[in-house]
Formats: sequence, C-alpha cells, structure tokens
Amino acid sequence: MKSKPLPADPMIRQLIRRAQNSQMGRRTLLAGAGAGATALALAACSSGATAKPTAAADTSATDKSIRWDNWALYIDVDDAGSYPTLDAFKAQTGISVKYTEAVDDNNSYYGKVKDQLALGQDIGADVACLTDWMVSRMIRFGYTQELDHANIPNLANLLPSLQDVDFDPGRAMSVPWQGGFAGLAWNKEKYPQGLASVEDLWAADLKGRVGVLSEMRDTMGLIMLDQGVDISGDWGEDEFTAAIDEFEKQVSDGQIRNIKGNSYKEDLANEDTLAAIVWSGDIVQLNAENGDKWGFIVPERGGTLWNDNFVVPIGSPGKKNVEELINYYYDPAVAAEVAAYVNYITPVVGAKEAMMAIDPALAEDPLIFPDDATLANAYVFRGLDGTEEQTFNNQFQAILLGAA
Amino acid sequence: MAFAAFSSTAPPPTTAPPPTTAPSTDPAARRRSPVALFLLLPGILYLVLFFLTPLVSLLLTSFQAPREFGDIGQYDYAFRWQNYVEVVTTYWPHIVRSFSYALAATFFALLISYPLAYFIGVKARKWPLLQSLMLVLVIAPFFISFLLRTLAWKQLFSDESFVVQTLKALSLMAPEAHVTGTAFSVIFGLTYNFIPFMTLPLYTTLERLDVRYLEAGSDLYASPFHVFRKVTIPLSMPGIVAGTLLTFIPAAGDYINASRDFLGGTGTQMMGNVIETNFLVLQNFPAAAALSIILMTVILVIVSIYVKRSGTEELL
Repeated sequence: MKSKPLPADPMIRQLIRRAQNSQMGRRTLLAGAGAGATALALAACSSGATAKPTAAADTSATDKSIRWDNWALYIDVDDAGSYPTLDAFKAQTGISVKYTEAVDDNNSYYGKVKDQLALGQDIGADVACLTDWMVSRMIRFGYTQELDHANIPNLANLLPSLQDVDFDPGRAMSVPWQGGFAGLAWNKEKYPQGLASVEDLWAADLKGRVGVLSEMRDTMGLIMLDQGVDISGDWGEDEFTAAIDEFEKQVSDGQIRNIKGNSYKEDLANEDTLAAIVWSGDIVQLNAENGDKWGFIVPERGGTLWNDNFVVPIGSPGKKNVEELINYYYDPAVAAEVAAYVNYITPVVGAKEAMMAIDPALAEDPLIFPDDATLANAYVFRGLDGTEEQTFNNQFQAILLGAA
Repeated sequence: MAFAAFSSTAPPPTTAPPPTTAPSTDPAARRRSPVALFLLLPGILYLVLFFLTPLVSLLLTSFQAPREFGDIGQYDYAFRWQNYVEVVTTYWPHIVRSFSYALAATFFALLISYPLAYFIGVKARKWPLLQSLMLVLVIAPFFISFLLRTLAWKQLFSDESFVVQTLKALSLMAPEAHVTGTAFSVIFGLTYNFIPFMTLPLYTTLERLDVRYLEAGSDLYASPFHVFRKVTIPLSMPGIVAGTLLTFIPAAGDYINASRDFLGGTGTQMMGNVIETNFLVLQNFPAAAALSIILMTVILVIVSIYVKRSGTEELL
C-alpha cells in the first residue's frame, strides 16, 4: 500500500517524519511524559541558569523554507496582497518565505519569545527584523546565530557607516534591513514658522501641542544632541541625567502632552500635536496620504539614526536559507524595489542608482536616500550595557508613568 | 458555583443528610457521587491548569530577586519581600488613582444606568417592542471593538474637534485647555465602556420588580422618594451589587482607557499601565507580579467587605 503524501507545511512534515522515526509504544510515551514533566519542572527552577543557549542544527539543505517576522508596512506588497520581491526570491532560489507582520513593538515581540530563546528553542521564526538596541540585547544574551558572511557576498553593498557597530562588531550576528531618522515634524498650516532645533519645541505658543516618541533612544537622543552631547560617543550618566531633567520639566510644565509609540501619527492627523519628534518614514507616508501637510527636518544639532536588523534566532534551523534571503535583498535592484514602497532608508549602496529606473522622484527624496550632509548629521545612540539600560529605562519610564 | 451544583446532585458527607426522598443510606445516592466527581474533573483540571498554576507562578515571581551582576530582565527565585515595599512606595499614587478612578466610574455608571434600566425594565413593560429595542441599543456597542470605540472618543475629544472647539467658542473651556490626556477623559472612557455591564444586571432585577409593592407604599402615604428609597432600592439591590462589581473590578485593572495611546496622558496612568510598563518595557517581572498580587488582594478585600455589608452573599 502506498502511503499518503506528506503535507506541504514544512513544520508539520518534519514533525511527522520525527514521529515515524520513533515508533511510540505506550511505555515510551509514558517515559516521554515523565521526562517532559521533569524537564518542565527543571526549566521552571533553572530559569536562572546563566548558560547561553546553543544554536539549532541547520536543516536548510533539505527544508527550503523561511519564516520571517517583520513589522507592518515594511515590505513591498501588490494589490493582490502578495509580495513581489519574495515571489521573485522563490523563483530564483526555490526557497519559499512565510512572511508575517508579527512585530508590533520590540518590547512586546521580545516578551513573547524570550523564554523560548533562553531555552534555545525554535520561536516559530527563522529571521526577525528588530531595532538596534533590541538586537544589542539579544546578542548580549546569546539569543542570535552567527552569520556566515561567505554565504552573503552582496554584503559588500552595505553602507560603510553601518559595517561596524558597537553592539555587533563586523556585523557577525545582524544585518540592517531598513533604517530611518528621528527628527522634528510640524504642521505647516497651523505652525507655519516651523522648527529648526529641539529647543523650538519648547516655544510658549506650542504649549500642550508637542508630542515626543515613547522610544527612549530617539526622544532622549534628540534632547541630548540638542544639549551638545555626541550620543554615539563616550557619554555617561551625567549627560543622560541632564537631558532627563529637561524632559521631565517639559512634561510636568505641560509643554509635552503626547508621548507615544506608533500611534503618534493619529495625533498629528487630528492636530492634537502640532510639533513633534517623529520617524522620517512615517512623515513621507502621512504626507502622501494627507497632501504634504507636514514639514520634516533633522535638527541642526543632529538627529538619531536607527536601523532594524535581520537576526536569526538561536533556535532556528534555517540559517543558511536566511543568509540567501539577506544576500538577495542586498542586491541594489531589489533593495530599490523595497525602498520605493516602504519609504525608509535602505542600507544598500547602489539602490539609489537602481531607484532612478523605478521612480526618479523618490530617488531624489532626501528622506529615503539622504545626502551626505544629512547622514553626517545623524547619530546612532551608543550601545548600553545591562545596568545602564536598566537605569536609563527606569528614569525615562518613570516620567512616562508620571510617578515623579 | 461549581460546588453548589455538585452538592445538589450528591451532597458531600459532612453536610446534613438530604431531607426528602433519598436518605443518605440509599446506595443509589452513594453510587452517584463518583460520577459527579468525574464530571467535575474537566472543570477542576481547567482551573488548576489555567488559574492555579499561573497564580502560583505569579506569586513566586513576585518574590524574585535581581541576579548579581545580572542583565536586564534576569531574576532568580528568592524570598525578596522588599519587592512589595518598593512597588508600594514607588507606585502608591497609581494605586490610589486606580481605585479612585474605578470608584468614580462606577458611581457615574450607576447614576446613568439606574434610570435607564428602570425605564426599560419597569416603565417600558407596556411596550415590549420598545423594551427589546432599547435593550438592543444598550448591547449594540458590543458589536464594535472596545478599542475602536475608545479611539473614536479620542478623536471626538481631540483639540481641533467640533466638541472642543465649540466649548472653547462658548468660553466653557479655557483656550489652552484640552480634554484628552486628562483625568476627565479617562473616567469618561471607563464610565462609557462599562455602562452595559451596569445596565444589564440592573435591568434583570428591575424587570422582575413587582409594582404592587410600589403601589402598596403609596397607599400607605409614602412620598414617591420614600417609596423609591425604602422599596425600589432594596428590591433592586442584587442588581446594584452585581452591576457595581462588574464595573468596579475590571475598571480598577483597566489599562486601555488610561493608556497614553488612548484617552490618558502621563498624569493619568493607572495600575494596569504600570504593570504593563514593568513587564514589557522595564522587564522588571517581580515588580509587575507584586503589583498584580496587590491589585488582586485589594480588590478581593474591597469586594468581600462590600458584599458582606450589602448582605447579598446568597444572591451572588
């Protein structure tokens, strides 16, 4: 008798294979249950273990599929709801990609997967795109797999300024996907005088109409830059405290009213917020939807530059496939195709030239392809160690919670 | 509840023998009890797995201590009771705020819902069609997501909205004042969102209210207010108790309305928001767990005093 063909889903397929390999009798089942219970009890007790998890065995050679967790509106999509560049990737390499908009926020995504990561288990994704500081934390904890650069020849196209970052020297564990600036935006109709620096946000006629981001590194980064601190360089608690004091004053005076994550866009749209610290890509999209209503500037004393990066979670068996995916997206033509849709900064050299062929107007947009002067004025918030991250987060969140 | 159902099929041996048809010596009654136990098993298993286990885990987490030289979010099991002292000293304003907002919202919801439920349950009895139509209207908001409704209020209360602009034009609001992000908007949101939970229990008791009692009261020369206070209120007490509990308990733990993304601001954060921030952003799991335990305990104490005082244990 011929057996039924295995289902298409690679996870289920693998499970069935595994089950077929180990014929389960009642005794083994009971033993397994016992072992499982013991393991669970041990896991509960040993969640304090300091040992870093080890990488899963790579099955990329047999299993041609990738599960990719990413943010919403962060890849090209056509009217039918499919992803043209991913379809082309499949045609080219035979690797199918299950793309999920699973990341809504770095913290909540991390909250969902951290226990599995600590145990070295599969989190249901072979690659996820997370922001610098979260990647920094995951690398510190040993939750990511080391990438084999030999499999990513196109990595030579990575912007030189991003090739070496303090949290990941030599980009051994992470590769940028898209990036952006945090800068200042204002409503051109209601506040025609515009903004030039963070200090302009504290103007009396903006009282109660100012919004800032709940992302600590962007809001505090901009205030620190305004106070003359090089946020990429060597600064310590004193500089941070000086900036926190300013921030706290503006919040308690009622100058800053809205402190939000992604939902700050609604406040700009309904004009609760007339001037704000914002992310560049959002303003491009908002202006496209509402007719060029907002101005955007990277403040003269500097704005922050952040990136979301590909990382391979420690429990993923598909690292080699992911390396092929990263290599594919580092082809300038593909990068330009994505950039034309998402309006963020692509880290791929040559994408601007490729964009000229798709949409010359977008290629000229300094928010998507920043000129050298803008890039020189954008700073990456330096990596924090565990203690600093805890201290600074506590101070920042205390103001957001109004416990002062 | 589960045990009430259990004892009605087969009383546990400690209680007095059932009075009528089946004496305790009846072997049939004895044979039935393991069946009842067996039927209860899924429920008990469910509660142990999904209520008791997480609760124990929460309690253990709340006593965890930060690991020596540990990174963010790294804690070890210990008995660090100071966690409780720390969260209370740091977050007492939020604890007080949570319960005062919840109390205010419960009060306003009762004030709005009682006349509404009275009208539907008593006055509208003559017109069953109107009665059911109004009930549908009370429940109708449930057809739209809770989050969307709250976001809609945020839009209605925004600075450039018709509501706020009109109030400012009429000089009812100071020119630089705003509505969103204030205690008013949070309490408003809580009240609005919990009105159906207040109205429905009130309606179910008022609907059964025997109007002849009210007539008897006025026959005895009691003023309408007196009748209301001495007859209607006591008779509708079960509804009031159920409605206030269904409003107060979730309102005290609510974190949507007070969230900065919805109707709240930095000055209106409640316990739910503090727990969320500690858990997700600060990765301070012991603090989040300790606050959750405190929230549960305080609610439990308040509720048991309230139920005892209003003398309605048997109605719950």
